[in-house]
Amino acid sequence: MSKPIIATTSLAGCFGCHMSILDIDDRILQLIELVEFNKSPIDDIKTFTKQCDIGIIEGGCCNSENVHVLKEFRKNCKILISLGECAIMGGLPAMRNGIPVKECLEEAYWGGPTVGLNTEKIMPNDPELPMILDKVYPCHEIVKIDYYLPGCAPRADLIWAAVVALVTGDELNIPYELVKFD
Amino acid sequence: MSETVKFTIDGKECIGKKGQYIVDAAAENGVYIPVLCHMKDVIPAGSCRVCTVKANGRNMAACTSPVEEGMSIENNTAELLDIRKAIVEMLFVEGNHFCPACEKSGNCDLQALGYKYQMMVPRFPYVFERRNIDATTPKIFLERNRCIFCKRCVRMIKDAEGRSIFAFKGRGETLEINIDHKLAANMTDEMAQLAMDICPVGAILRKEVGFNEAIGTRKYDKKVIGSDIENNHQ
Amino acid sequence: MKEKISRIVENFGNDAARLMDILSEVQSEYGCVSCEAVSAIAENLHISEVDVIQTRSFYHFFTEEQVGKYAVYLNNSVVSCMNGMSDVADEFQKQLGVKFGQKTADGLVSLHYTACIGMSDQEPAAIINDVVFTSLTRNKVAKLVADMRAGKAVNDMVTEFGDGNNANPIVRSMVKNNIMKTGPVVLDAYEVGLGLSKALGMDSKAVIKEVLDSGLRGRGGAGFPTGMKWEFCSREAGDHYVMCNADEGEPGTFKDRVLLTERASMVFEGMAIGAYAIGAKEGVLYLRREYKYMKALLENVLTEMRSENLLGNNILGKGFNFDIRVQFGAGAYVCGEESALIESAEGKRGEPRNRPPFPAQKGYKGKPTIVNNVETFCAAARILDRGAAWHKAIGTPESSGTKVLSISGDCNAPGVYELPWGMSISEMLTMVGASDVQAVQVAGPSGICLPPAQFDRKIALEDLPTGGSMIVIGNKRDLLKDVVLNFMEFFADESCGSCVTCRSFNMILKNSIEKVVEGHGITKDIDDMSAWSEILRKTTRCGLGQTSSNPITTTIKNFRPLYDARVKNVEYQSDFDMSKAVVESCAVVGRSAEIHE
Repeated sequence: MSKPIIATTSLAGCFGCHMSILDIDDRILQLIELVEFNKSPIDDIKTFTKQCDIGIIEGGCCNSENVHVLKEFRKNCKILISLGECAIMGGLPAMRNGIPVKECLEEAYWGGPTVGLNTEKIMPNDPELPMILDKVYPCHEIVKIDYYLPGCAPRADLIWAAVVALVTGDELNIPYELVKFD
Repeated sequence: MSETVKFTIDGKECIGKKGQYIVDAAAENGVYIPVLCHMKDVIPAGSCRVCTVKANGRNMAACTSPVEEGMSIENNTAELLDIRKAIVEMLFVEGNHFCPACEKSGNCDLQALGYKYQMMVPRFPYVFERRNIDATTPKIFLERNRCIFCKRCVRMIKDAEGRSIFAFKGRGETLEINIDHKLAANMTDEMAQLAMDICPVGAILRKEVGFNEAIGTRKYDKKVIGSDIENNHQ
Repeated sequence: MKEKISRIVENFGNDAARLMDILSEVQSEYGCVSCEAVSAIAENLHISEVDVIQTRSFYHFFTEEQVGKYAVYLNNSVVSCMNGMSDVADEFQKQLGVKFGQKTADGLVSLHYTACIGMSDQEPAAIINDVVFTSLTRNKVAKLVADMRAGKAVNDMVTEFGDGNNANPIVRSMVKNNIMKTGPVVLDAYEVGLGLSKALGMDSKAVIKEVLDSGLRGRGGAGFPTGMKWEFCSREAGDHYVMCNADEGEPGTFKDRVLLTERASMVFEGMAIGAYAIGAKEGVLYLRREYKYMKALLENVLTEMRSENLLGNNILGKGFNFDIRVQFGAGAYVCGEESALIESAEGKRGEPRNRPPFPAQKGYKGKPTIVNNVETFCAAARILDRGAAWHKAIGTPESSGTKVLSISGDCNAPGVYELPWGMSISEMLTMVGASDVQAVQVAGPSGICLPPAQFDRKIALEDLPTGGSMIVIGNKRDLLKDVVLNFMEFFADESCGSCVTCRSFNMILKNSIEKVVEGHGITKDIDDMSAWSEILRKTTRCGLGQTSSNPITTTIKNFRPLYDARVKNVEYQSDFDMSKAVVESCAVVGRSAEIHE
């Protein structure tokens, strides 16, 4: 039987969840025995080259590109996992939810303490730039998500236990210490 | 001497005092019933409903209902555990609880119940309603995004003349916790600390101090909420 | 302002328990209870400002912002909407150039929506500065606006008067009684004092026994045996109080309006009988603010009864002292719950209390109190006159006597009907001239939405209990949108918020039904609404939360095809709409919102 294939991405996240994936330490050697990686920052494959079994999503959706990537993942993966607070509930980026986008952008580009040079009050609008959404969306509000692993970042042991359980089909019993929201 | 009453919780025989609230009587018998608004010896609010039990076949709040002789109480049933988990999940979606950015994280009762029930994702849609922070008083921040309307501060924090420093404002969807600016201006550090300590979440925070405890050493990092009650009576 | 407010507060004995009355006077005087006013009230009562604000902000007729010189409160409840409320609202907005929730620039008129004002038999209706205007049309609105612009006194804007006491010179209201059917207990000919004089000739225990034997059960809807309530209360030591619940706020109910207009003395007489039975000296009629136009009439009836020695000291020479004051609410449905009503009458937020203790043990001012409905007191007065056996013989074995129904909606003859308990819904529909009926909303939003297949059921406490609200819903209505969504908006707004489950679940359920109505729902949403309603019902303190999901649950049960037709039967569906989600950011940078995903 061929090895299950995993893809990962970071949307509106900080890559902390990916750091936590790496934090499984030497178990990463066991991991590559268990699974094959496809599109992921871990192996730097930029586009899907085949159908995957598991998609791991870090980050929520704060702009149009995040939505696009997330939908690609849904199309190309049998199972999707929301990894970490941002994917699950928007996380810290979602602290802007409820504040009008106009206020956010003006603060970011005109009013903030580090934008003193922007005296002409330019609002970035390159056609290449994705558009900011009205709020940061949890991933499950955009596509169907199958599993959730909370934490900021989720503990490496949790990620390890969950991925192993998913790949081997064993039951997942999570110790108390591993489910945390911070 | 006060009269004693016998009752059972999930079949376990217990003894309590007449008139004692179920939640307190249960604790004395080593049974933990989760609470967010209740505090022993404070007039109960019965607002969070997370202590809902079934007593003699009827659902009731364990923090406002007294034990009665022969009462048969259900506590850890699948139905009640699901109700409690649902209430916790509901609180996570109706407020804005960004745990990683909250000073109370690790010491927060709401979060601890989320851990206890292993909430992976709330079943309800997130509301993301904008709520205003009040940082205008000298000693504390009122972080309304995190308020769960337990009324602990409303009931317990009064000035020297017994006047309220905290109170509700509005009703229904517009309900919010409100702080009296005039009276809060005279709050002592001790009062501010008490207000922060009794707040089950991170809605009341002291200014200029904080983040004293390292991750891993906080109240609920390794210990399940309520385990002290359960362990005391083994 | 400070001095004036000091005087107002002083008029109420510098008593924080009279905060409702203080706020009411301040609101009338200044058109708002501003921060400055709050400060002055707090200072005079020596309480904190947040405690003044917590009460002010609970009731929607108290406002922080100044309302217009004319404050128009238009009813947007279900029946009002059925009868053309949206046209009336549109005309107000057009004529005045402002939206509901706003005030004209000159401060002349402010427009507000309000929940059911007890005029479902003559909707659309609005209250302008405590004066009621009924059966509104675009033309009438244009006339009202012209009158307001001309600076007419609100009372002078009423040109036609209703029947009975509505036309009384001290009332001069255009409200109609619409009494369509009288019954033997309440609306039959009545002479004041007969019941009371018989009661005072009896031992107080015998009075309670008479009420117990009559089979009288609470007419507010819950149906608790009245005699039993009185009996429990009478056993408690210390001062006792009698309260009359005249906060009829259940949308579609208006029978207490009519009873108070035409049978006020009967209500007060019933209260006096109750007071004698439990040993009370003081009574409070808690009246909803929407009925303020009756104030003079009620005060007048009280004065007459005092002069006839039916109230006051040594009543009818029997050594019994009892008097009544009228306490106004200020717009809060939950105050119809008896313990919330008590809290409100004590000047606080109308939050239902935890029980035990029950009001019969610890009620008004912490003393044993009976709280009964307007109609219950009327019935008690008649029972003492005619006897328990006479009453017991009317109605059904479990529901003795009559019920005064408020029938409205899609029928030819909306109004008040006093019927012996036990009539079937189909008989009722024939009586009111309703055909082509899709559903009957029995007992208001907190009751059940009944389908035609169940129209043979009986209006009785053992089958279809009701406080009196009956809304007939014709086939042309969109049941989920026009009725269920409206009711859920109502509950989300009226939840006091002190149970987190009631506050949040009503909001969450409202959002869910809205999603279904708008066509974004999936089958799972229906199952979720059922499950979440169940949690709400099991985890709230008072009747509001225990019944507020009924609009959803009873329609899912009885009208499931309406839901299925509106949802997609798929496992998952996202509500996300990219073009809507980027509208704001595209506007900020000046880009077209047409974006390719």
